Amino acid sequence: MRVGVVGVGHGKFGRRSDATVQELAFEAYREVLDDVNNLDRNDIDAVIVGSSPEYHKQRSLPGMITEYLGLNDKPTWLTEAACASSSAALRSAYMAIKSGLHDTVLVLGVQKMTELTTAEIQGLMGRVGDVQWESIFGITFPAYYAMYANKHMETYGTTSEQLAKTAVKSHHYAAKNPYALFQKEITLEKALASDYVAYPLRVYDCCANADGACALIVTSDELAKKYNDTPVWLEGLGCASAPISVLRRPDMTSIPSAVAAAKQAYAMAGVGPDDIKVTDVHDCFTIAEIIALEDIGFVEKGGGGKFEEDGQAYIGGKHPVNVDGGLKAKGHPVGATGASQTVEIVKQLREECGERQVDGADIGMTHNVGGIGQYCFVHIYKRS
Amino acid sequence: MPFKYFGKVNYTPYTKVSEFADELHKGKLVGSKCKSCGEETFPPRADCIKCLSGDFEYIDAKPTGTLVTFTTVNSPPAGFEDIAPYTLGLIDLDSGGRLISWFENTEPEVIKIGMRVKVVPKIFEEIEEIKLYYALEKL
Repeated sequence: MRVGVVGVGHGKFGRRSDATVQELAFEAYREVLDDVNNLDRNDIDAVIVGSSPEYHKQRSLPGMITEYLGLNDKPTWLTEAACASSSAALRSAYMAIKSGLHDTVLVLGVQKMTELTTAEIQGLMGRVGDVQWESIFGITFPAYYAMYANKHMETYGTTSEQLAKTAVKSHHYAAKNPYALFQKEITLEKALASDYVAYPLRVYDCCANADGACALIVTSDELAKKYNDTPVWLEGLGCASAPISVLRRPDMTSIPSAVAAAKQAYAMAGVGPDDIKVTDVHDCFTIAEIIALEDIGFVEKGGGGKFEEDGQAYIGGKHPVNVDGGLKAKGHPVGATGASQTVEIVKQLREECGERQVDGADIGMTHNVGGIGQYCFVHIYKRS
Repeated sequence: MPFKYFGKVNYTPYTKVSEFADELHKGKLVGSKCKSCGEETFPPRADCIKCLSGDFEYIDAKPTGTLVTFTTVNSPPAGFEDIAPYTLGLIDLDSGGRLISWFENTEPEVIKIGMRVKVVPKIFEEIEEIKLYYALEKL
């Protein structure tokens, strides 16, 4: 049995002071229903919500969302893997369908990050790592990636210009993506002139928090034909963990869970890095995109910065990466990000991306990191 | 002394390795050694990752090491606003294991990856309640 994505829905990412979490979820739900032919809502027999619960005032989110979508009494539950929560939901949907327990699953990734006060956010930001031994010294999310960046620069000669060029590319494509938070291009000079958040990372090296939701309809090959003429098959799924504590990570230039997850996904799909035509990687920071290129084998270790400098991650380059703007410029509503990556790759494989379309995109990949790498999910997709 | 005294902000007042804070108060940095298989760990942990034994003892860690990488935090989280900006270093201890802390009494210009550092047990003197931590200084 093959398992495929037959419908995708993407809500607007941004500061959404106009909507509750469940209202954001409904936007993506409405879109996904529009995207699928002949889907009776009653055909959905499970709702898997991917979200990071600590950002929301509403507790027990799957309960609220399933009620608001009008899908009671369908079974529902939450998958949580920090920034990879909805990739975890997609993996769970795959398992549910393969097992025969469910036929057609709604995966809903959603996050509202602006409900908390600045003080509450600052408190949360101080607890991203190991709270017993690391957070007590005031380390933050950007600071973890900044330590990665500093080590990568020292070891491989990666430069601030290469980081900034990665940001310029992200904004270039976000400006062409109506769902993206940032709709403007930036110059290299502007990126390099921005203030340090955590040396050597500047404001333009960091993704922006955002609110938003994405939805996927996942089903078996038997049912897929009924719902969509161009289903996109989930052909490779990799998933691995790594220590949350950087005190137990010997190599501060690589995310070990990503290396392991990519290997699994390639093996399962029976393809290699050169077969992948379009990719979304987890670029919560510019350095994260550079490291991702190396971790998933698109370039040799240490070559990520040069790859970006040479424009090889643009459409027309060796490996187009994050041509939807990435987390960096599309915005990063934690729980929605994995599903958003899947929406982009499915649309690319269906050749629906207009001026951002990658020619001949028949195989695509998503790389979704949770937290500072304690989780990673890599998925490989093929079109019919 | 309970573990709640460890850190400028403490999130884990209760742990099976709370004596770490007592030793730090005495000016000592300690890791753990599994009494069953001899596995040594820093920071200390109560449960052996190798043989799963819960029987351990504290061993002295050498308070010197090498800087693996560092960053300067300009946007601090809650509880650290008053000391920002601060430079955090990740240290490979000479006796094994790693730690993170901030630099004190060290000019920013001399902070370089690969530099030698010492780990200095400290007490926040300006805070009424006792707060223990360790700082990094150029060796």
